[in-house]
Amino acid sequence: MRDTQQPPHDPQAVVQTHGLRKTYGRHVALESLDLTVRRGQVIGLLGPNGAGKTTAVKLLLGLSRASAGGGTLLGRPLGDRRARTSVGYLPELFRYPQWLSAREVVWLHCQLCGLPRASWASWTQRALSTVGLEHRAKDRVGTFSKGMQQRLGLGLALLGDPQLVILDEPTSALDPVGRDDVRTIIRAARARGASVILNSHLLGEVERVCDEVIIIHRGRVIAAGGLRALLGAPSLRIVVSGLGDPVGLLRTFAPVMVEHDHLLLQPIEPERTPEVVQALVAAGGRVHEVEPVQRSLEDLFLELVRSGVTEATESFRLPRPPGP
Amino acid sequence: MNLRAVMAICILTLREVARRRLLWILLGLSVVSALLVGWVVTQLVDYARSGGMSEVRIGLGVSQVLVFVAFMFSFVLAMSAAFLAAPAIAGDIESGTLLAMMARPISRADLVLGRWLGLCLVTATYAIASGVLAIGVVAQVSGYSPPDPGVAIGGLMGEAIATLTLALALGTRLPAIAAGSISVVCFGLSWFGGVLASAAGLLRAEALVPSMDGLRLLMPTDLLWRGVVHALEPPLVLLAARGIDPRSFASDPFFAIAPVSLGALTWTVVWIVGVLLVGMVAFGRREL
Repeated sequence: MRDTQQPPHDPQAVVQTHGLRKTYGRHVALESLDLTVRRGQVIGLLGPNGAGKTTAVKLLLGLSRASAGGGTLLGRPLGDRRARTSVGYLPELFRYPQWLSAREVVWLHCQLCGLPRASWASWTQRALSTVGLEHRAKDRVGTFSKGMQQRLGLGLALLGDPQLVILDEPTSALDPVGRDDVRTIIRAARARGASVILNSHLLGEVERVCDEVIIIHRGRVIAAGGLRALLGAPSLRIVVSGLGDPVGLLRTFAPVMVEHDHLLLQPIEPERTPEVVQALVAAGGRVHEVEPVQRSLEDLFLELVRSGVTEATESFRLPRPPGP
Repeated sequence: MNLRAVMAICILTLREVARRRLLWILLGLSVVSALLVGWVVTQLVDYARSGGMSEVRIGLGVSQVLVFVAFMFSFVLAMSAAFLAAPAIAGDIESGTLLAMMARPISRADLVLGRWLGLCLVTATYAIASGVLAIGVVAQVSGYSPPDPGVAIGGLMGEAIATLTLALALGTRLPAIAAGSISVVCFGLSWFGGVLASAAGLLRAEALVPSMDGLRLLMPTDLLWRGVVHALEPPLVLLAARGIDPRSFASDPFFAIAPVSLGALTWTVVWIVGVLLVGMVAFGRREL
């Protein structure tokens, strides 16, 4: 049975939901989302197509109404327009008035944000230069490529230094340089204390910038937690010969598992690899193979999505780490 | 209500209409229409004068031409208003433009009101420019000026605002093309309801009058149209009509013996405000 009981308010939470559910007729778009995003956290929202990620974001922003459950956004109930005062949002389906110039689009959003008129010029300059569009400020959005329009959307999402930035597939139309810029933007937002919800299919991007991930499949959260906890500790795979007791030697570094023709040290940081190799060679061993092993987010994602939701929910759902 | 947001949306609407050249196209068409009307009236008046017709009779004839011009214009204006207003919200929902805007601290009602105000200003500008041009050109070439040109233009403006309000409200839940089409059909039905209600009275089919009146009141546009006609009729015709049984010309949609009533004006205001509020509520419940 779904637990929709409201959790105690977390003073550090910018987003807190409990049992958030959305149905369209008989179709369940989102089963039950319990989500807490704290100040300065970057959360990755992952899932295959149609998993319910965009639905979750729309519920947070009041663009869609929950069928059950609820939550708060910046301390106000979901749907309260005042809660959106300090939220920046780049939608997955981004489109801006084509007949306006980039500068006019930013002005429009300055107005809608309620920013003082005197500050528009500086916000516009900042928003456009952050995403590399300052030289196209006077050009109509209709003349922009898809990637440039997505850059503009990113700039708008950062307008007014919001406390929460929600980016829905922010790199879908961007080249590798643009993707790198997005990572820089996300890190800069975190550095100034903002929280970021990143909704993306590009798991490598998520792995690089997110503190925690939530994996949604068929409207249900199937895994949630810190990347380190979800992916497990890194390990070192070694094939060595010429030693009487290699296990005993390697145990001085980390617990050892003997698997077929190789030994597996876990947990061990990849930075210690030269130290391990040096010890083996010094003891007279012949090192044939050394491979640092780390399960990637993509491995985890595919494993969870392909293995069936029910089992995965129980085995991978991890307790949330305590707040700061 | 966030007035700053309402004004931002209103200005965005005005800018959109100007940038997409719609306003200039509409004003250009008004100039062309006025010149065409002027040319036709000049020809008619020249023929009538060369045949020795009195100026009073020429004035009567021109007044009827002006009523027909207003009739044509009321449909053009209503259709323009419907097709301007229908995609104003529906199109932005379909394209996704609203997602980024509605994630800002503004309410759905702010957006509807801002769009409505902007469209009212555009439609009013179009109605005033076209009306003044048409009436001015006719006065210039024929010497005939209707008794209440301001009331006539105001009535046409009211018809257009009612139609755009319906199209905008329907567009919050329906695709743009459906919202625009329904609004134009309702406008036509209201006018036709007015004719049928009068005809039922003339044919002594009193039992049918309430249902025909119901059809007529579907929109306040027919009530306003009667006011437009009255404002364009020469006082002489109205005076002459006083001695005749009103039922004999009641079914004529091109003649009105009385100005628009206070009741009709009240219904117009109540209808427009009501439909606008329904549009706000409907949009408020819409999933984006």
